[in-house]
Amino acid sequence: MREFIQFTLGGISFGLVYAAIGLSLVLIWRGTRILNYGQGAMAMLTTFVAFTVIQHTGSYWLGFAAALATGLVLGAVIERIVIRPAEGKPVLNAVVVTIGLLVLLEGIAGIIYGGQYRSFPAAFSITGLRAGSFPLGISRNDLFVAGAVLLAALALAALFRYTPAGLRLRAAAFNARAARLLGVRVGRVLTLGWALAGLIGALAGLLVSPSTFLYPSSMDSIFVLGFTAAVIGGLDSPAGAVIGGLILGVLLNYVGGYLGSDLVPLFGLAALAVVLMLKPSGLLASSGPRRV
Amino acid sequence: MASPAELTVENVVAGYGGVLALQGVSLTVAPATITAVLGANGAGKTTLLGAVSGLVRPRQGRILLDGADLTRRRPEEVTRAGVAHVPEGQGVITELTVEENLRLGGLWRAGRRDRAAALADAYQRFGVLARARRRSAGTLSGGERQILVIARALQARPRVLLLDEPSLGLAPRMVAQVMELIRGLRDEAGLTVLLVEQNARSALSIADQGVVLNLGKVVAASAAAALAADVALRKHYLGF
Repeated sequence: MREFIQFTLGGISFGLVYAAIGLSLVLIWRGTRILNYGQGAMAMLTTFVAFTVIQHTGSYWLGFAAALATGLVLGAVIERIVIRPAEGKPVLNAVVVTIGLLVLLEGIAGIIYGGQYRSFPAAFSITGLRAGSFPLGISRNDLFVAGAVLLAALALAALFRYTPAGLRLRAAAFNARAARLLGVRVGRVLTLGWALAGLIGALAGLLVSPSTFLYPSSMDSIFVLGFTAAVIGGLDSPAGAVIGGLILGVLLNYVGGYLGSDLVPLFGLAALAVVLMLKPSGLLASSGPRRV
Repeated sequence: MASPAELTVENVVAGYGGVLALQGVSLTVAPATITAVLGANGAGKTTLLGAVSGLVRPRQGRILLDGADLTRRRPEEVTRAGVAHVPEGQGVITELTVEENLRLGGLWRAGRRDRAAALADAYQRFGVLARARRRSAGTLSGGERQILVIARALQARPRVLLLDEPSLGLAPRMVAQVMELIRGLRDEAGLTVLLVEQNARSALSIADQGVVLNLGKVVAASAAAALAADVALRKHYLGF
């Protein structure tokens, strides 16, 4: 029972990081129907920016802010320069372009930082918390991770629901042609969507890197799990991505805890395969059949 | 209110791939008048509206709004220049609420107070929209959707309205109501209207001018009453 509670709480913390990556994928998928295979690499690069800033200033929070800002700009720049030419073209173009982006960004990181594993600091203490004498299996930092992702998800939801920019984002995602005829500058809206995705991805990179180490391909497996989280949720539902991330995180933590941590990556991929076979439209998809 | 505007289509050639749906079409819609564009399926009516609003890129010719060249501008910029296009199939964004659809129509305009006034206007004029404002637009009937898309286009306070088959799929009573609405927009708001219709009889009943397209060319253009009285033309092209 004690283990079960520990694994569950720890899984929630991991799951929310997958949820953050899933959210960033959903943001892009909704607007452009493009799956951004480079999302993990973008998060890796922004975390390296944080790493450099922390090294030079000694301030974790300066690095944190620098990574988020870089994610925002990187997302916008990539949409304008790399993705724009592939929009509205056959699906395979975008697939090739974003995989190319993944290889390019990991190459750039390799050139600048080399391939060695670096430890990345956590925002808060990673010593396990206790309730009385009972160890909970989570740390103060895990609470920060969970809070940060939930806050980001709520902020996104509020942006979508209550702001003019959010209305434009939704309109462009649901019916770009009608939105254009109503004066919505869809190109700018897509740039905004990518910028937000870059921001959320950067957050995920900051939150997960203390437990994975930081190196050019450090986000690859996190990307797969984030993608799985998004697929569980239906790929175009932000709430679905969060729920998908939680389900996946808790499930994989049980696997790691009860069966052994070597099996976690295997089960992550198996979960993706099972979801795609049994419920390819996800739990919370808002629209009809998906065109992958 | 903005002053009424004149819309001119000059010798426009446009099409998809190898097919030229428009083969040199010219027409002028005088300020605060309605011109009905009639003709069979495939005559080029929808392409004509697309060429004006920027959805279709003309290969030749010009589109002028009060003399200002709109040719080859993006749809969102044509809208912002004052030309509202209500496409066939209506383009209600069914995932949004009725109010969100309406707000979207005026979102690009500066002036929060102005936008709020336009919204209040729509609710006052169309009680059915006021009652459904919080509902998903996907729950509206065909007639209600037609009213919504016209009201939504009006949120931008346009000077020119392009309407594609507004009567399509509506019950006869709704058709008469929509035509009355369009007539009112001309008479009260001074809108210049280019109205594409299969339902020639209804369209000519409110139009000032009529243009008949066939295979991408203008085959007749005159006062609406004269077109409606031309028995041979009616038999040949208009089917009533």
